[in-house]
Amino acid sequence: MTSLAHLATADGAATAATGVTAYAWLLVALPLLGAAVLLFGGRATDKWGPLFATAMSWAAFVVGFVVWLAMLGRDGEDRAAHLHLFNWVPAGSFNLDAGMLVDQLSVTFVLLVTFVGSLIHVYSIGYMEHDPDKRRFFAYLNLFVAAMLLLVLADSYLLLYVGWEGVGLASYLLIGFWNHNPAYATAANKAFVVNRVGDFGLSVGIMIMFAAFGTVTFAGVQQAAEGGAGEGVLTAIGLMLLLGACGKSAQFPLQSWLGDAMAGPTPVSALIHAATMVTAGVYLVVRSSFVFDHAPNAQLAVVIVGAITLIFGAIVGCAKDDIKKALAASTMSQIGYMMLAAGLGPVGYAFAIFHLLTHGFFKAGMFLGAGSVMHGMNDQVDMRRFGGLSGAMKITWITFGLGWLAILGVPPFSGFWSKDKIIEAAFIGEGWRPWVFGGAALIGAGITAFYMSRLFFMTFHGTKRWQTDGDDAVHPHESPRTMTIPMMVLAVGSGLLGLVLSLGGTFTHWLEPVVGGHEEGEHPVLPVWLLMTLTLLLVAGGVLLAWMRYWRDEVPQVQPTGSLATRAARRDLYQDDVNEGVFMRPGLHLTRALVFADTRGVDGGVGGLAALVGGTSSRLRRLQNGFARSYALTMLAGVVVILGAMWVIQ
Amino acid sequence: MPAMTVLSAPALATAFKPADVDYSAIAPMLIVIAGALIGVLVEAFAPRRHRHVIQVSLALVSLVAAFVVLVTVSADEAHRGGTLAQAVIIDGPALFLQGAILLMAALGVLTMAEKFGGQGADAFTPMGAAVPGSPHEAAALRAGLATSEVFPLTLFSVVGMLLFPAAGDLLTMFVALEVLSLPLYLLCGLARRRRLLSQEASLKYFLLGAFSSAFFLFGAALLYGYAGSLYLADIATAVRAANGALEGLLLPGVVLVLVGLLFKVGAVPFHSWTPDVYQGAPTPVTGFMAACTKVAAFGAILRVVYVGVEANRWDWRGGVIAVAALTMVVGAVLSVTQTDVKRLLAYSSIAHAGFILVAVLAFDRTGVSGTMFYLVAYGFTTIAGFAVVSLVRQGGSEASHLSQWAGLGRNHPVVAGVFAFLLLAFAGIPLTSGFAAKYAAFAPAISFGGRSGVALVIIGVLCSVITAFVYVRLIVLMYFTEPPAGEVVVAETASPFTTVAITIGTLVTLVLGILPAQVLDLAERSSQFLVK
Amino acid sequence: MSNPYVPLLFLLAIGGGFAVFSVGAAAVSGPKRYNRAKLDAYECGIEPTPQAAGGGRVPIKYYLTAMLFIIFDIESVFLYPFAVAFNQLGLFALVEMVLFILTVFVAYAYVWRRGGLEWD
Repeated sequence: MTSLAHLATADGAATAATGVTAYAWLLVALPLLGAAVLLFGGRATDKWGPLFATAMSWAAFVVGFVVWLAMLGRDGEDRAAHLHLFNWVPAGSFNLDAGMLVDQLSVTFVLLVTFVGSLIHVYSIGYMEHDPDKRRFFAYLNLFVAAMLLLVLADSYLLLYVGWEGVGLASYLLIGFWNHNPAYATAANKAFVVNRVGDFGLSVGIMIMFAAFGTVTFAGVQQAAEGGAGEGVLTAIGLMLLLGACGKSAQFPLQSWLGDAMAGPTPVSALIHAATMVTAGVYLVVRSSFVFDHAPNAQLAVVIVGAITLIFGAIVGCAKDDIKKALAASTMSQIGYMMLAAGLGPVGYAFAIFHLLTHGFFKAGMFLGAGSVMHGMNDQVDMRRFGGLSGAMKITWITFGLGWLAILGVPPFSGFWSKDKIIEAAFIGEGWRPWVFGGAALIGAGITAFYMSRLFFMTFHGTKRWQTDGDDAVHPHESPRTMTIPMMVLAVGSGLLGLVLSLGGTFTHWLEPVVGGHEEGEHPVLPVWLLMTLTLLLVAGGVLLAWMRYWRDEVPQVQPTGSLATRAARRDLYQDDVNEGVFMRPGLHLTRALVFADTRGVDGGVGGLAALVGGTSSRLRRLQNGFARSYALTMLAGVVVILGAMWVIQ
Repeated sequence: MPAMTVLSAPALATAFKPADVDYSAIAPMLIVIAGALIGVLVEAFAPRRHRHVIQVSLALVSLVAAFVVLVTVSADEAHRGGTLAQAVIIDGPALFLQGAILLMAALGVLTMAEKFGGQGADAFTPMGAAVPGSPHEAAALRAGLATSEVFPLTLFSVVGMLLFPAAGDLLTMFVALEVLSLPLYLLCGLARRRRLLSQEASLKYFLLGAFSSAFFLFGAALLYGYAGSLYLADIATAVRAANGALEGLLLPGVVLVLVGLLFKVGAVPFHSWTPDVYQGAPTPVTGFMAACTKVAAFGAILRVVYVGVEANRWDWRGGVIAVAALTMVVGAVLSVTQTDVKRLLAYSSIAHAGFILVAVLAFDRTGVSGTMFYLVAYGFTTIAGFAVVSLVRQGGSEASHLSQWAGLGRNHPVVAGVFAFLLLAFAGIPLTSGFAAKYAAFAPAISFGGRSGVALVIIGVLCSVITAFVYVRLIVLMYFTEPPAGEVVVAETASPFTTVAITIGTLVTLVLGILPAQVLDLAERSSQFLVK
Repeated sequence: MSNPYVPLLFLLAIGGGFAVFSVGAAAVSGPKRYNRAKLDAYECGIEPTPQAAGGGRVPIKYYLTAMLFIIFDIESVFLYPFAVAFNQLGLFALVEMVLFILTVFVAYAYVWRRGGLEWD
């Protein structure tokens, strides 16, 4: 019970869980049970498995809802509860309990993950209806929900790491779900390996915490950080955590996997690669606010990463013709906004989470809409072959349109309430920072308006660029109810959630006990009304430009060559090429000799690093020549060197 | 002339005093020896067609009985301490490691017993002494002969392994080293298929093993010269007093003894035998060897380091730190280019030896418990892993080339799934024992290892990223790659023996990943070495 | 020159020098007239046996016999001091010795039953 005592003294906020909160472990257990039943039940569960998994996910939502209600019943200061699960690693000096921290932040995530997750389970029933392996699919979905809930409910970095790896694994399994297609398998592999780079950062960060503070619980680290730990240590921890966050949240420079991850089934893209998992990095930064608040340099790095990514993603989004990849670029960019907000410190934490929440709704809704379009168009993803679908798919058009208005930040839709606040917050500060970061956020809003409108118009408006007869005939039709109802629910969220939660600052007050309040009296360098007007003007400009080019004018069915900038953006601003040039080419030269069945398994920068290691490896391998005499000589040389070195040192 | 006084033989006048023997404390070893000797008699007198059944049951019964006795004995504190004139020291670490060895050896025997519907153990040649491809061999095969000697040989080896971490003096330790090694040399040469590779492995292992034994002996002699005694306790006293005239003998002695032991765990640069031997040896033997030898040898290293020469660790620590770093890096980097699954696992075992050394170098009780936990976690995973390797066949012989594993997940999802899980455990992914083990091993290094400990841990984490890449590539190969054209690679339907071994190994891997508390706690409680 | 090992080193040097000198002197000064008998392997002055089968290697059975000899040889090595000190050692040592011999006989039984003592 050491860590429990720790918590109590640390901030006085987390009290032992009682009542329904004591059953919070069910949140993880229920979906896990679902996954286990479906995976081990085998073919016997084929028939009712998907329904069972969906029920488990809804059950988790109900538990989360009840826990939330119970929390509302308590006063602001008493709302955080700590649930001790079991003594996890009880070995002397590194005692660690597994426990859950049920506070405002984690409950927000629990509600988001279980609600959106459950809707996507329902949607998948329709979407995956004809897939022979759908049982496995639902098992993985449940596994994902369980891991994600563990991630957000963990009370220590180590337990969070378990959930972190769990969602990575589930995402890997789901991206590669249609693994009969080698390209998809490659994408899965790339996602996994890039994520390992991020995970490496997280694990080193945890190790530094352990080395410096002797504890890895949130409460313990908070106590240490606030109790005057060295800024150098905190900066190191912060940078390592940021590296982890970059991997998971597809932030610069580890963003290259998200586009490829769109190979997975669309519900997966909606749940994991838009609404929940990719936001785990933001969660990590906000949860570690106590570290970043005391390490200004690491905090600055977070802002920079966020600003770069939001512009980067927006530019890439302008050039993509694949509807899912364009949405992925947009996700990257929106998470850039959240990262930026999270890096601003107490001013921004609440808005980061707020935007995360609204984004979860409208982006998931749009992904489901994209899936619905693909469903009706024979799995076509090229937007140049869409156009004028608004008539054929009314519900999809309206729900998608609501999401579009939300992401644009048009009042009174959700995005307006969250994104505008981030732009305002970015303009707070002194010196060059507000101008650079605020400017980036402002310009990003304009570009976002352009590419999202481009996407929307190319898909639903303008001329029809598809045939109902001939070789590639398609017959667009509205999707079944199981798919449209979740879309409608999410569309309602896209429309209203922001307004409801920001009335009287409800949401920011709600989060205040966890992330700290934003002090009154800090004002942006420009007046708020001016910022709002500027934003809306830029958005209107973006929409207008898109309208002229993609609705009014004819959209060519074949991709035009385009300017240099367009070509660069199409190729993800040469990210893979940079990776290839810097890491892979030199590595490849080293590994000419390396013949392996699966060299194409991993591409990009990851393959480059691997190739470098592989090159060293094949050189070292020559030492292993199979002659016992050489081996004996190696041993002898080793002994002589060690003895000699000791002699010299003495 | 101190040397001369030692050399002059003392008169026989002193009355003979029989050493007092705590028979209960050494009962587990006695039971296994008895099992082995009875096994030899079974070979001599039992009719050929019953031998397999008798030998397997005998081996299992003696191992399990020894384990039960061990558990009973360990409950009674009275049996702790030195016995047999301090030649054997039964303390927490010794009991813990002996228990681990017995359980893993039982799993190893189960995998060796696999017949795949044949007449004898499938992995072993019908006649070990026959020249490969000779008429003798063919005749033996036709006659349905079987080398059921492998089971007594395994038991003999287990005896050595049980004694190794419990040895109180360097001579006993050397005897244990030889007792565990000699049967292993033989076992390595008994593979049924690819006989030449197997015999080569056996010979290499023997030659290099003898070479390393010489290092150990030489080191022991130097330490004897330094301390005037072979007892680790006396050596420790002498090191602490540090007033010997022969101070120059200490450091070379320590280094050479450690070289002999590091050879057994496959630490770089004494690792060269590992890939060749792991590849050539019959797969179940490889699994047994990889798991149990490592446990025993690390037990011995712990005892030498923590009991014997801990006091002057600042003098020799640097060398072992270098070895640990080198071991992790070379093991991880070389595993990248392997094309044979057994060699791949061999390099992975080298890297794991490096990870364990990191825990050893913490010089704290938690380092001992971390090492012991890692050994248990790694051992069970390894035995199960090699058992799975032995199932995957093409045209009747093992398909150990990686390209043959392509697409295995399509045809045999369960086998491939289990193997993928075990690989994830090797990679140290959470919810597998590998993660808990890495945590248990690295945490003490960070807390007590000083700056070098932190550096080693960072190298270790980097190396685990490299090895994770290797394992993931193999998983990708199994699931996402088209199977090669031509003869189909199949996973044999295993008999209950192998199935039980794989199931237990996998379950332990899973349970230790989710709830490591019990075993960690046990390791923690058993981490105190006794000097006498 | 207080170190007791210095004379030993001298002896070693003188011995080595003598050996090198004798062999070298014979090689330099001796007459070289070869015939069949001189080039043959020397086997205690009698006619050498024909080459063993399989390319001049000694059959493995030879080693088997040699090893069996060593086992029983070592047994007697242990028996000798036991016999000398039998009076002082008493019953305990007798039991130990019987166990030891029994162990060796297990190996003997194995060799005998598996045909290790037959030469053909």
